[in-house]
Amino acid sequence: MPNTVLILVLLGLMAVAYQLARKRSLGVVGGGAGVRKLHSLPSYYGFYAAIWCGLPALIVFGLWNAFQSTIITDLMVADLPAEVRSLGQAELGLVVNDIRNLAEGNITSGEVSPEMRAAADHYLSLEQTSAAALAVVVLSLAVLGTGLAWRLVSPKFRARNQVEFVVKGLLIISSTIAIFTTIGIVLSVLFEAIRFFEMIPFTEFVFGLDWSPQMAIREDQVGSSGAFGAIPLFAGTLLISFIAMVVAVQIGLMSAIFLSEYAGKKMRAFAKPVLEVLAGIPTVVYGFFAALTVAPFIRDNGSLIGLDVSSESALAAGLVMGIMIIPFISSLSDDVINAVPQAMRDASYGVGATQSETIRQVIIPAALPGIVGGVLLAVSRAIGETMIVVMAAGLSANMTANPLQSVTTVTVQIVTLLVGDQEFDSPKTLAAFALGLMLFVVTLALNVIALHVVRKYREQYE
Amino acid sequence: MDTATAVDEMGGDMSQTVATEGAFDHEKASQAFVGKVGEIAVDNPRMTARKVNVYYGEKHAIQDVNLDIGKNEVISMIGPSGCGKSTFLRCLNRMNDTIDICRVAGEIKLDGQDVYDKKLDVVPLRAQVGMVFQKPNPFPKSIYDNIAYGPKIHGLVSNKADLDEVVESSLRRAGLWSEVKDYLDQPGTGLSGGQQQRLCIARTIAVSPEVILMDEPCSALDPIATAKIEELIDELRENYTIAIVTHSMQQAARVSQRTAYFHLGKLIEVGNTDDIFTNPSHKLTEDYITGRFG
Ligand SMILES: Nc1ncnc2c1ncn2[C@@H]1O[C@H](COP(=O)(O)OP(=O)(O)OP(=O)(O)O)[C@@H](O)[C@H]1O
Ligand SMILES: [Mg+2]
Repeated sequence: MPNTVLILVLLGLMAVAYQLARKRSLGVVGGGAGVRKLHSLPSYYGFYAAIWCGLPALIVFGLWNAFQSTIITDLMVADLPAEVRSLGQAELGLVVNDIRNLAEGNITSGEVSPEMRAAADHYLSLEQTSAAALAVVVLSLAVLGTGLAWRLVSPKFRARNQVEFVVKGLLIISSTIAIFTTIGIVLSVLFEAIRFFEMIPFTEFVFGLDWSPQMAIREDQVGSSGAFGAIPLFAGTLLISFIAMVVAVQIGLMSAIFLSEYAGKKMRAFAKPVLEVLAGIPTVVYGFFAALTVAPFIRDNGSLIGLDVSSESALAAGLVMGIMIIPFISSLSDDVINAVPQAMRDASYGVGATQSETIRQVIIPAALPGIVGGVLLAVSRAIGETMIVVMAAGLSANMTANPLQSVTTVTVQIVTLLVGDQEFDSPKTLAAFALGLMLFVVTLALNVIALHVVRKYREQYE
Repeated sequence: MDTATAVDEMGGDMSQTVATEGAFDHEKASQAFVGKVGEIAVDNPRMTARKVNVYYGEKHAIQDVNLDIGKNEVISMIGPSGCGKSTFLRCLNRMNDTIDICRVAGEIKLDGQDVYDKKLDVVPLRAQVGMVFQKPNPFPKSIYDNIAYGPKIHGLVSNKADLDEVVESSLRRAGLWSEVKDYLDQPGTGLSGGQQQRLCIARTIAVSPEVILMDEPCSALDPIATAKIEELIDELRENYTIAIVTHSMQQAARVSQRTAYFHLGKLIEVGNTDDIFTNPSHKLTEDYITGRFG
């Protein structure tokens, strides 16, 4: 039985189990009138049976599928002729691959010998047996589980508590998966970063002013010193993010104020989604825009007034990135401004304040923590942005505060360090992990601050 | 006084509106109401409301209300919950403008100036006609800043010492000073319900409005704090005009010279407080003040 069919049958069984147990719970108390004698509502007895029917079967199903391929392969290898089995690891692997391909009807790499044909047939038959066994085991588990739950149905049985226990377990598992993934990501980056710091001193990385990660592979190579000072990268990140935030905070906040305080209902219903479209444009498209439209525009106008603008400039990338993150600020700010109770506005108008006084002195201060939260979120986004910078700000790690020059950022360097490399053992590739770790720490700190601010905001007014 | 002459006197400035709007005859309209509801007009009115109708969307919340509020007078507005007392009060300083679905028709004048005139700026109007809202609404700022807010934006004070002075006297007059004088930097939202109510009263009187609209200012106050506020109202009456909404007959009797009884969006009866409470001419009023309502 194919797996999809098996799952569908199992779902069907669960539905049947639900109905049976539900009916039975009503039956044991003598129909709908006796429902109050039951400890739980009838549907809880149904859910309880469905859980017993589905959960053990699903667990077995999952484990079976996870280990099936290894076990079958091992069984098949055990039956191969002795001279094949005595081959080295790598060659054996190739043979096994060929046999599998043969079994699945794909093209094999070499000649098909009768032994291989036999092994492939063996493999196929093992697979079929496994599938049949799985179906039998899963379905009988489902039936057994249903039977058990069916027998447990009685007025005193606390079905609701049991169901809630299982649901709580599922919730806990879901949340721990998220947490463990985060921990896993951090640890993997951390270990690689530690390997990097074994080769390059931590202080050199954090305080170094020179970034030139090309290492000499041969002794006689020139111009590849391998300097790993991260400061120019963080300076570049800071410069571009700063430009982006200047653009986004002003435009975003102003449009939020316009949308929530001045715009009519219709205007708001139209303008807000349109603004939010900005967040949906892929960053690559912003990158085109920055590199092909904004950067040349800045360069041409700069040279008109005698400024020396490089064709890839921090300004172009920053401006376009700022436009990209406008909706983060405008949308969130608009929401928090709207959440300020009308009573606050009334209070202010009631003592004769104008609308602008009310906005500046009552609404913005009341909404400020929420606005700050939105701004910090936008900062995290700006720091992590890669595509626009690659396309519009260049790759050269310049130490400069001049927005008209080309700079590079941490994320861009991570990408260029890793592109085309598979071996993670030179300082050059490992540096990417160290940069990633630093970036992670910075954005994490920002997020913690943002969360803290948002929590404080909740206590502002009831 | 003779109500007919009062209405005649008003005829002068009303004909203007009739000429511009041409919608209805104010004189006739008010005369038709005079007989029914009592003395809607006074000798020296501060605010006059004629043929006021208010709609919340489809709902007709106030119907044809005519009422004067005299200089140096306290008028109390009573009536069952939901009868439109707050709605009427909010019309007087155009606070209903902030409610999208609310529409006000008719004519309301402050010292002869139409407050719903398109050319009129509502900001000075609201500075002149202050309001204490039914639900206390302190800013999430410090107690000090709550009071200082109005005087600051109107530039009523020039230095910090004057501002301190205004804050202290406003809080004193609202009977809150002794409770909060050591906590002026704490948020106003952290006060108790009754304290917040007095804070909002203090905030309103800090800008010295000439007309004060109070919507159930004592609803959350104990008898001592209530007495303090009533004392304040008496004191303010010497210079100002006050309209107060209250659910307490005793309070209406104690503080006001005139009382208006509202019922289901209509003004049923208005007259001297003593007359209303001792000798109501309308059955609905009598039922309400004797507690037989509902
Ligand atoms: N913002 C609003 N939107 C829609 N209808 C409203 C609004 N405010 C008041 N109303 C309606 O107008 C009518 C009068 O309300 P109002 O608040 O003036 O009553 P009230 O006399 O002040 O009552 P209370 O003594 O309970 O405060 C009520 O029926 C109410 O449903
Ligand atoms: Mg009210």
